[in-house]
Amino acid sequence: MVEEIQKTIDTEEEYTINMGPQHPSTHGVLRFVVSLKGELVKNVQPHCGYIHRGIEKMCEKITYPQIIHLTDRMDYLSAHINNAAVCLTVENALEIEMPERVKYIRTIIEELSRIASHQLWWCAFGMDLGGLTCFFYGLRDREKILDIFEESTGGRLIQSYNCPGGLMNDIHPNFQQKVKDFIKYFRKVLPEYDQLLTGNVIFQERAKKVGYISKEEAINFGLTGPSGRGSGFACDVRKRAPYHMYGKVDFKEVLYTEGDTLARYKVRIDEMWESMKIIEQLIDNIPAGDYAVKMKPIIKLPEGEYFQRVESARGEFDVFIISDGNKNPYRIKFRSPNLVNLTAINAMSKDHKIADLVAISGSLDLVIPCMDR
Amino acid sequence: MNIIGYITDIFKGVISLLKGMKVTGSYFFRPWTVVTQKYPENRKKLEMYERMKGEIVMPHNAKNEHKCTGCGICELNCPNGSIEIITFQLVSEDGKKKRAIDKHIYRIGMCTFCGLCVKTCPSKALSFAPNFEHAVFSRERLTKILNKEGSVLEKGVEG
Ligand code: SF4
Ligand code: SF4
Repeated sequence: MVEEIQKTIDTEEEYTINMGPQHPSTHGVLRFVVSLKGELVKNVQPHCGYIHRGIEKMCEKITYPQIIHLTDRMDYLSAHINNAAVCLTVENALEIEMPERVKYIRTIIEELSRIASHQLWWCAFGMDLGGLTCFFYGLRDREKILDIFEESTGGRLIQSYNCPGGLMNDIHPNFQQKVKDFIKYFRKVLPEYDQLLTGNVIFQERAKKVGYISKEEAINFGLTGPSGRGSGFACDVRKRAPYHMYGKVDFKEVLYTEGDTLARYKVRIDEMWESMKIIEQLIDNIPAGDYAVKMKPIIKLPEGEYFQRVESARGEFDVFIISDGNKNPYRIKFRSPNLVNLTAINAMSKDHKIADLVAISGSLDLVIPCMDR
Repeated sequence: MNIIGYITDIFKGVISLLKGMKVTGSYFFRPWTVVTQKYPENRKKLEMYERMKGEIVMPHNAKNEHKCTGCGICELNCPNGSIEIITFQLVSEDGKKKRAIDKHIYRIGMCTFCGLCVKTCPSKALSFAPNFEHAVFSRERLTKILNKEGSVLEKGVEG
């Protein structure tokens, strides 16, 4: 019996191997079951759920302000954006208008998190493809953003800086100056990223024409964020359904049509430039005012269904709340961009070498805790 | 592919590699750009940001007085039960009964540093402290009692 199964798995045609759950290139506990024919990938079966914590279920037991700190722990690289999504949903449900100051600060910190997330992605992606130097340079620059976060919010990776009704505390007096210094510094350093990795012949060979996905397929799979925009799918929620200050600032939606790993890479590099542009437009004009509106000590949403879309660093992050009028949600659902992006990996990696699977999964920028929740 | 294309590809490749090496090389000759910190050695000079969420503390003044009235709002707001308040009835000289704090138990091992207890405390009795070295040898030591021995409620703070 065992031999028979062995035979069907290890035929001369195809054999099956496990990549993960503890594989350095998946950056988390994700397991791919890969069918190979020689070195060519024939089928990839992702298995997730290794760090499922039941966050959605936990949210049903706790109050709205307490939910915020759990969303931090989903997509930890865009923690602030996830926080803001839940806060926006609650605020819209209660029909509270946020002070301008809150909107400005939230937008600036969201863009800073986006830069920090793309930096970390850049260094991890470079390292996956064999460029260890990238890892040091990316982290060095990310450290500066984390310092800015730490000074104002108290947290580095996960900030819990938002609360329904505004912010936990006001920004630090040094905040504006430090952000401006960082932008000045990073404008000088970002071209180095290109010199170091983008132009590199080894990188180019490994990224160009690898993991192609057409625009039609990208839409069918629901690819969002940089992964979708690399295929020419204009899916930036900041443009389509503006929230916070995004309707009023001038920035470009980065689109590439090649649809390969290199295109997804370039989208992220260009997005860092765009994020800096957004921050520069806002940082000098933060209006004075309150950093939070006074909320009732116990927040109860009126009965109904509430929905909010935001653009996290990895794609469209959605929050859907069903309230039955109590202080905790009846049901809460998060749409994780990572889980949806992962579904496309089979189509992307067909007939590529197994080493390219590392590049492809890296180019999707998967954060596993967000996938499993 | 013809032979000329092949050779130009090789040269282009080498040039792209050299470009990258120029970046790393330029840092090699600029040692002042190094940002690495030597952590355990620089412990004494290390300055953390004042808002850093390292642990929850209850500030006491010079007369060993704190501001906690024992209302239990922080316990109610903590999402994961890191805080436990134990109170007792304090009988003052004129015979009035009043609630006072016996133990403010804080389990740092469970705390997620969400900041809700600090934010919601009505008498601002709690705050974050920038201490980050929490490694201990036994799990029991992660449970702390925040109010100091013999401390009392500060005058003028009403519960
Ligand atoms: S710390 Fe503050 S919220 Fe907690 S029991 Fe004391 S007074 Fe109440
Ligand atoms: S910071 Fe949050 S988790 Fe920690 S004790 Fe306070 S309320 Fe509880």
